[in-house]
Amino acid sequence: MTAQDTAPSTTELKTPTSADLAQVFTTERPPRPSAWAASTTFGWRALLKIKHVPEQLFDVTLFPIMMTLMFTYLFGGALAGSPTDYLQFFLPGILVVSIVMITMYTGLAVNTDIEKGVFDRFRTLPIWRPAPMVGYLLGDGFRYLIASVVIVTMGLILGYRPAGGVTGVLAGVAVLLLFCFALSWIWTMFGLLLRSEKSVMGVSMMLIMPLSFLSSAYVDPSTMPNWLEAFVNVNPITFAVDSVRALMNGDWPGTDLLWLAILGAGLIAVFGAATMRLYNRK
Amino acid sequence: MSDAAIEVRGLVKRFGGTAAVDGIDLTVPAGTVYGVLGPNGAGKTTTVKMLATLLRPDDGEARVFGRDVVREADAVRGLVAMTGQYASVDEDLTGQENLVLLGRLLGYSKKAAAARSELFLETLGLTAAARRQVKNYSGGMRRRLDIAASLLSVPQLLFLDEPTTGLDPRSRNQVWEIIRAIVDQGTTVLLTTQYLDEADQLASRIAVIDEGKVIAEGTKGELKASIGLGSVHVRLRDADRREQAAAILAETLAADIQRDADPVALTARVREQADAGGGPVSEMAAHQTGVALGELARAGIVVDAFSMGQPSLDEVFLALTDRPATTEEDAA
Ligand SMILES: Nc1ncnc2c1ncn2[C@@H]1O[C@H](COP(=O)(O)OP(=O)(O)OP(=O)(O)O)[C@@H](O)[C@H]1O
Ligand SMILES: [Mg+2]
Repeated sequence: MTAQDTAPSTTELKTPTSADLAQVFTTERPPRPSAWAASTTFGWRALLKIKHVPEQLFDVTLFPIMMTLMFTYLFGGALAGSPTDYLQFFLPGILVVSIVMITMYTGLAVNTDIEKGVFDRFRTLPIWRPAPMVGYLLGDGFRYLIASVVIVTMGLILGYRPAGGVTGVLAGVAVLLLFCFALSWIWTMFGLLLRSEKSVMGVSMMLIMPLSFLSSAYVDPSTMPNWLEAFVNVNPITFAVDSVRALMNGDWPGTDLLWLAILGAGLIAVFGAATMRLYNRK
Repeated sequence: MSDAAIEVRGLVKRFGGTAAVDGIDLTVPAGTVYGVLGPNGAGKTTTVKMLATLLRPDDGEARVFGRDVVREADAVRGLVAMTGQYASVDEDLTGQENLVLLGRLLGYSKKAAAARSELFLETLGLTAAARRQVKNYSGGMRRRLDIAASLLSVPQLLFLDEPTTGLDPRSRNQVWEIIRAIVDQGTTVLLTTQYLDEADQLASRIAVIDEGKVIAEGTKGELKASIGLGSVHVRLRDADRREQAAAILAETLAADIQRDADPVALTARVREQADAGGGPVSEMAAHQTGVALGELARAGIVVDAFSMGQPSLDEVFLALTDRPATTEEDAA
């Protein structure tokens, strides 16, 4: 922090003259950035924010550790005889559920960030319009990746042994991240739609809680009453859990993955479009 | 058409039932500073946001260098930059990161964006603060960075929304210097302000807006002719002598006298004289004021305090509308 001590106060700052400005006012401009370049630049902004405010990483480290420990020991004995046995089934499930829960923070970030003056600047730039939003999701992808690493490592320490090996785990995490990218457009929409952080949190919780518990993450749906099993089997989270679980077990998820892909595309189409409508109107 | 940077006809923006901007017409010549003067809640920010493609007008039309701000928003965005009333830079990032981010969004390569940001930080005297988070900047430094961010693209039209509100007099002067240097490069500047002297210092044409409407528009000279050169405030020792003092001031200054609520205070609104120059308070008026004070002394009237200056925004509004400026607080 030496710069802080030696920085001059405002009154000593040099004020540019016309001649100074004439030197930097080069009018030749580079071509506009591509949609991808603009989006990754916003992703870089998200990473810079993590660098400057590293506390935001608590949600992606402590929360998943807590979830994994809590449920493994809470349900493990009762459901599978021992926590280690349960973990073989449960770890992919808690991986999906934890990260799906973390996606909610996207809505919060959008909601607080969008009110700041810097967004007015972004919106006066001649760039691909969804770039700031896609940038958020790319930055969040990094956070999800950290959370995934934390959970899988925790699992390995507690005795989880994935049959799919390294490839299976990587494939599972990749599918999960893509699904979360699609899912997050729901939260960006709510982040733009709702007035306060609290309401964004409230609505997200109301959607996420039932969906994540009434899924195949914690228990095998075939052990549930018929009416519940019917619901669980069409729950999007179930498709995600089953796909990730299959990949990590070294199996091919087949139709589950196909449905997940269709679902993801649908989420992007519907909620991505809704997000951009709101964004352009703000 | 081609020499107007901004052309606005009947622009309207409503929030809920009330019109924040209620049928504004403006023509801003290219290459000049245009001042939009108005009190809190007049609709300045709303107008600027519509011109900068951030808000969609409810009615009317606005063109920036001939491009429609709604139908050709993207083309307009390529020509303008805006330094908003509330810091339009990212507080969590450093000054340098802010500029590199924008440079990349303008299409510069990583290397070119870094070089360009250094150059602009250097030009605006921010090199020493480049690697500090903006939230630790002083108000003056923040403004500079905000302006640097707007200049990075070398815009043809720059919106500055109350660029000096909240700055100390010294930083304020520095921002004025910077604005003058910018216009020298051929950039058109639309500046909003609550201060008449700021508009007077920088702008060649001024629009006065109130409650979403333009209530006066013209060159500085034209406006001054209608609102007067400035005011002389006098505080007397003895309230009984006020009428006598009023008569002396009216005669020597050829001014309209306003009897303030305070029984010992008087305000003389000096009218523009045909031969007076365009300075903040013309020499003529300054000289006449000296003469008037002499006359008061000769009549044995004791003056406790005296000041002279440009008409305040309140006085401008008094002159233009025969009522003080309505602020949001009053309206609420
Ligand atoms: N997003 C909004 N929703 C509702 N009302 C708004 C909104 N933005 C502005 N207004 C209202 O519109 C009117 C004009 O506001 P505006 O911000 O344009 O004024 P201003 O001239 O910039 O004032 P100031 O000097 O305080 O910045 C105000 O009465 C304000 O309350
Ligand atoms: Mg304003």
